[in-house]
Amino acid sequence: MIGVISYLVFFATTASILAIAVLGLNLQWGNTGLFNGGVVAFFGAGAYATLILGGAAQAGHLGGYGIFYPLALLGGMVAAGLMAWIVGLLTLRLRHDYLAIATFGVAVAFENLMRNAEWLAGGAKGVRGFERPLRTALGDGFIYNLVFFVVVLLILILTYLFLQRLVVSPFGRLLRAIREDEEAAQSLGKNPARIRLIAFITGSVILGLAGGLYGTFYAFVSPQDVLPTLTFQIWAMLIVGGAGNNRGAIFGAFLIWGAWTASGWALSRFAPVEVQLYTGSVQFILIGSVIVGMLMWRPQGFLPERLVVSHKGKTKRKQHGEY
Amino acid sequence: MILATEDLSLSFGTVKAVDTVSLKVRRGTITGLIGPNGAGKSTLFNLLTGALKPDTGAVRLEEQDITGMSPDRLFALGLGRTFQIARPFARMSVLENVMLAPMGQIGERIAGPFLFRGRMRAQERLIRDKALDVLDFVTLGPLADHPAGKISGGQMKLLELARVLMGDPKLILLDEPAAGVNPVLTETLIGKIEELNRQGKTFVIIEHDMDFVMRHCDPVIALAEGRVIFEGSSDDALANPVLLDAYLGATADG
Repeated sequence: MIGVISYLVFFATTASILAIAVLGLNLQWGNTGLFNGGVVAFFGAGAYATLILGGAAQAGHLGGYGIFYPLALLGGMVAAGLMAWIVGLLTLRLRHDYLAIATFGVAVAFENLMRNAEWLAGGAKGVRGFERPLRTALGDGFIYNLVFFVVVLLILILTYLFLQRLVVSPFGRLLRAIREDEEAAQSLGKNPARIRLIAFITGSVILGLAGGLYGTFYAFVSPQDVLPTLTFQIWAMLIVGGAGNNRGAIFGAFLIWGAWTASGWALSRFAPVEVQLYTGSVQFILIGSVIVGMLMWRPQGFLPERLVVSHKGKTKRKQHGEY
Repeated sequence: MILATEDLSLSFGTVKAVDTVSLKVRRGTITGLIGPNGAGKSTLFNLLTGALKPDTGAVRLEEQDITGMSPDRLFALGLGRTFQIARPFARMSVLENVMLAPMGQIGERIAGPFLFRGRMRAQERLIRDKALDVLDFVTLGPLADHPAGKISGGQMKLLELARVLMGDPKLILLDEPAAGVNPVLTETLIGKIEELNRQGKTFVIIEHDMDFVMRHCDPVIALAEGRVIFEGSSDDALANPVLLDAYLGATADG
């Protein structure tokens, strides 16, 4: 029994961390229409920076600053935000597909930098030996994982509330207008370049927060954690859950992570041995099929974006036959 | 003079789309800008609204040089515009479309919803009331909660006018307001334009439909091949052989 609960806590922690990342992407794509194809770079920047800032001394690369954990996590968010600021200034003039390609390139460059620049973050070995916060008080067992899950869940809820308040405000209205028609928004006195950059940085800071928590959870990060696969997974979560809907983003994260985990388990259990060798590849095929299928069958996702209706009661009359 | 251009020119490659155009728009008028297809109307319109920058020449709004200014700054200075093919924010409600437009919204800053919540809400109530009034004025009140992408083409033109009105512009440029709109809605639209004009707003209407311009605009400016070929009252325009020749000749050929 404790084994099952322990596994569920582990599962829910990972899913919650990914849900935070999906919320960050939702601000960029769902609300503002920015096609970030390099999600994993900002996630990775948060993970690496948190571990480097908060970790113990390392031989041969940056680290060992031993900064108080919440500040290290904040540092991870700042690192992701800084990267988004630079990338944003360079690429945000690009439209959808070009922006996607450019940011995908940034993510590949980031992965290669982390893999090869050993002086920076340990190269292919990654950043190890991170002391998880409060480990001396809580130990390494179930209690620690439970407490960590509760903290992650609280951060997820706070992130959700933050974004929810943002999207129903005039700021959210502005983001949607930029998403729908930038030129029309500019003709109404808005500055699309500025708004796009703000949304891109804010979403990336949230991705960095998710990355920082992820690094903390495993007390380790390596170039294997910043492969394009993660970008696709996070995108699948948003598309399936419902782009533009924060609840959909969270739902999608749990659903896809559940499906991913379950498919891995089912393949290893029931598939013929020769297929089991390719479990990872089969999972990629499955997640690709889910994205394609969802886009064909229900492109708005399970929980579609809702129209913001800012006044209630006054216009209940339906105008049938009007258009 | 509310709007004036001086020797405005813009070429695309070897084609002079707008060729040393100097024109003046008097305050309080509904000025019509006509010309056959390819006369340079849309290019001129884009130069006036900041969507394009001229090669040479200048544009002045109330004596202020606005040449090359971006559309968002022009809106802040009191110049509003609509689009030839209406551009609603499709997946937003009609009301949200209109509420977007006012300048200086506290809640449009990212910190607004967190640090200035009280002020933001008070401002939002004022904006919403004004938006509902403006929607009622353009007869779209009953559609306030509908997705803007699902109203008719003519209603979208009314919606664009409503959006622009939220910014209290002095001068409104309308790009082919009658194009693709059913006659009933066209009458509604022109009725509203004339009412706003009586309240003091100046309009510049680019229109392909000569009949529409002659009935509703005065004075009239005519373009052909990137140049101004006529500037005067609509009565004079109707009696002007050069203008009728250029216009009807080109229309008959085209």
